[in-house]
Amino acid sequence: MLKYLLEKEFKQFFRNSFLPRLVVVLPLVAMLVFPLAANFDINNINLSVIDHDRSPYSTQLIQKIQSSGYFRITDVSSNYKEGIRSIELNEADIIIEIPNNFEKELINESKAHIMISANAVNGTKGGFGSMYLLRILADYNDEIRRDLLQSPAQLNIPSFQIIPQFWHNPGLEYLVFIVPALMVMLLAIVTGFLPALNIVGEKQSGTIEQINVTPVGKFTFILSKLIPYWIIGYVVLTVCILVARFVYGLVPIGSIGLIYGFVSIFVLAFSGFGLVISNYAKTVQQAMLMMFFFVMTFIFMSGLYTPILNMPPWAQILSTYSPLKYIIMTLRMVYLKGSSFYELLIPLYALIGFAIFFNVWAVLSYQKKS
Amino acid sequence: MIILLVLPIMMIILFGFGINTEVKNSKFAIYDPSNDVATQGIINKLNTSEYFTIAETVNNPSEIEQIFREGDVGFVLVFSENFYQNMLHTGEAQIQMITDGTDPNTANTLVNYAMALIGEYQRELMQISHIPFQIQPEVKLLYNPGMKGAYNTVPGVMGMVLMLICAMMTSVSIAREKELGTMEVLLVSPMKPFIIIISKMIPYFAISLINLASLLLLAVYVLHVPVNGSLVTLGLVSLLFIFVSLALGLMISTIVETQLVALLISGMVLMLPVILLSGLMFPIETMPLALQALAQVLPAKWFIEALRSVMIKGLGFSSIMKEVIVLSVMAFVLIAASFKRFKNRLE
Amino acid sequence: MKVITANNITKRFGSFTAVDNISFEVEKGEIFGFLGANGAGKTTAMRMLCGLSKPSSGSGTVAGFDISKQSEQVKANIGYMSQKFALYDDLKVWENLKLFAGIYGVPAKEIGPKTDRLLANLGFESERNTLVASLPLGWKQKLSFSAAIFHNPQVVFLDEPTGGVDPVTRRQFWELIYEAADNGITIFVTTHYMDEAEYCNRVSIMVDGRIEALDSPKNLKQQMGAQNMDEVFHQLARKAKRN
Repeated sequence: MLKYLLEKEFKQFFRNSFLPRLVVVLPLVAMLVFPLAANFDINNINLSVIDHDRSPYSTQLIQKIQSSGYFRITDVSSNYKEGIRSIELNEADIIIEIPNNFEKELINESKAHIMISANAVNGTKGGFGSMYLLRILADYNDEIRRDLLQSPAQLNIPSFQIIPQFWHNPGLEYLVFIVPALMVMLLAIVTGFLPALNIVGEKQSGTIEQINVTPVGKFTFILSKLIPYWIIGYVVLTVCILVARFVYGLVPIGSIGLIYGFVSIFVLAFSGFGLVISNYAKTVQQAMLMMFFFVMTFIFMSGLYTPILNMPPWAQILSTYSPLKYIIMTLRMVYLKGSSFYELLIPLYALIGFAIFFNVWAVLSYQKKS
Repeated sequence: MIILLVLPIMMIILFGFGINTEVKNSKFAIYDPSNDVATQGIINKLNTSEYFTIAETVNNPSEIEQIFREGDVGFVLVFSENFYQNMLHTGEAQIQMITDGTDPNTANTLVNYAMALIGEYQRELMQISHIPFQIQPEVKLLYNPGMKGAYNTVPGVMGMVLMLICAMMTSVSIAREKELGTMEVLLVSPMKPFIIIISKMIPYFAISLINLASLLLLAVYVLHVPVNGSLVTLGLVSLLFIFVSLALGLMISTIVETQLVALLISGMVLMLPVILLSGLMFPIETMPLALQALAQVLPAKWFIEALRSVMIKGLGFSSIMKEVIVLSVMAFVLIAASFKRFKNRLE
Repeated sequence: MKVITANNITKRFGSFTAVDNISFEVEKGEIFGFLGANGAGKTTAMRMLCGLSKPSSGSGTVAGFDISKQSEQVKANIGYMSQKFALYDDLKVWENLKLFAGIYGVPAKEIGPKTDRLLANLGFESERNTLVASLPLGWKQKLSFSAAIFHNPQVVFLDEPTGGVDPVTRRQFWELIYEAADNGITIFVTTHYMDEAEYCNRVSIMVDGRIEALDSPKNLKQQMGAQNMDEVFHQLARKAKRN
């Protein structure tokens, strides 16, 4: 019985003009475009310069800032009000205001002030921008001091080096972080939505009633819906891995076999989830909206793009109920740390648990008889 | 139906709380063989800030790896020996900051915040020691001194949710009429096509107003995002955007034949670019030029910018002229194009 | 031998009683018409017999199996044709037949030859590779019926099978039904076309969820003093509250 149903599913899938292309093109395009856009890097910060002093020192400072590469001088204003206007219009991100008599005060009174105003709507960007400026300022300060003093060593100027060390990803490659997240997102979207829409579509066209009246068992029916999407999951994963490898040069340190293995369990679990939704949805719209809500929630709450640790406690608890959390954990561990099977036992149990839970629920909640 | 009113609420809560690039009470560990005034000063500076909390003291460098595996700690500070002396006399004092680079964004943020605090400590030390020729910077963080992530993401989420719901609802509703064949009946009636279309859009316009209100209420009272500018300006530009989104849904419905495809296009095909390119999560300025150009085509991008200007920066209508003009043009183009397609269908 | 038995079957949806205490029996080889106006409860009753819906009270058997407790065995022994002629639009004619044949356990070897014979019989040979979506309504209807009896079930349930087709096609369809009955298949057909009642061996007429009449068309006309089944129905339906 199963083989006839499977034959039907595959024939229907390939005859659909939209779906087979979606399954290949969506991951392809997403993998090519997304990593280019998804980037929290901060560079090319637009700077507005207000230099009331126009002394050699102030000019040198501005030059130093410019040559640092982080900043682009996009505005030169003659007063603070003008500078603020450039921030309001998003022409500048940060203002540096050098007061009148800056050089004179520094030399004669041994201290001078500088005002930095940063647009902090994007808090991280504002924070980073001002920190970069401060660092350049500190460097510049040291330079001036060395110029002005004869024997700086006498003064015991406190200085030390801060050396960051990034484990597992010394170059802080963003790709290695985001590509697995993207893969998981694509897998979730394709293997979550499609089975759900499939079943609800049959409900609406009435063909599901035709099947209900046959001796096809619940289990067989659910299985016939699950298997094709399991295979589709492999297709999506393969497209992603190929793009990762050949376009980004991203190769997992750990075993690819592990990746395929864990992803299969994940797809089983998530398709099962899609089937559960479809059992409760009466129309295609309902199914779509419900799936949309859940998929979005899972994607953003599972640590794909923002760390779970940063979230409020209630969100962290919620995240333990997301299958995505465990698969992204696995993918990152295998890609970045080369983790072995034994180190992945927790996600393994969690994913198997989800797979069993959702699929059993799907079978039980499927009504052959009302 | 209820879903359409509840979904936006749930989404804004999820995203508002979920997308979080801030650092707060991040735990760190130390390995401090020097244990002197300077190291204590630095540790204290970090610990008393709202960003960091000291969690553990490591007595042996070999324990560091273990601490990371356990996963609770954001970074480990490793001081070199004789820190104080080296700091003053030899310039060989070192602080190593060891952090997990898997998530570059978090790693960078942690390092930068820590460096900023340590830098502050250094400046204070210089002042106390009366080191001459000291430039004293004053830093002002405009509009969002607390550097709250919500200020940036919430306008983004509002834009995304409104657009999604409006485009989805309109496109599906009209597609349904097409699918059921009732569209034909309407078109054959003496009612002008214009009236038919408008009457389809009006109920969703009303629902969107309710959604807008609930989103704003949540933004202000639950996520603590201010409305610094005029509510009227905010309302007007939001109405414009809702209109554009409905028009977008209209456009989509002229292209599709079935509800399912309408849903797929407005839900998936539209959504991904909006999340990626509209400036909701990732700053547009750092993207490759081609993508930046693409971003300009998204109505959501303009709305989110306008929203940020009005809500967070507290600016007035004159500052969002550019966005208003662009959105108006988009609305016009979309509606004109949709009508043209409708007329073609009739002929 | 009684192929279908119904004993005081009732179906309630909340406070609404769709089917009210109906009882009847159908013999093997009969063409049994289940008539009534729209909303009288015919489809609901039929769905219970097919195992698609659970009776609120009462019991019944189909092909010797209890409809409440042995519904899966019931399903294995019946054929069903829904109001929407639910075939898979995106499968070809022969693929639909193969699917349902296979599901009902027709041995793989037999499916091919039997499909050929059936298509030849219907005059569908040229359309075997056509997607069902492109078939005109009348053909879908005949195909749907063929799929329902492919596996030679004991009973076939037809729910308003002739809705929306022209009179000629309807006649042709009833030829198919006669053929099936001749081959020993019991036919249980619901319809609101009263003229089709004449084609049945016996009919029951449902009004407001109850069976108000149960006999052969000839006897009913005699009893009611009517010229045709239409008149019989009108006399009974005048009492109806639902329409």
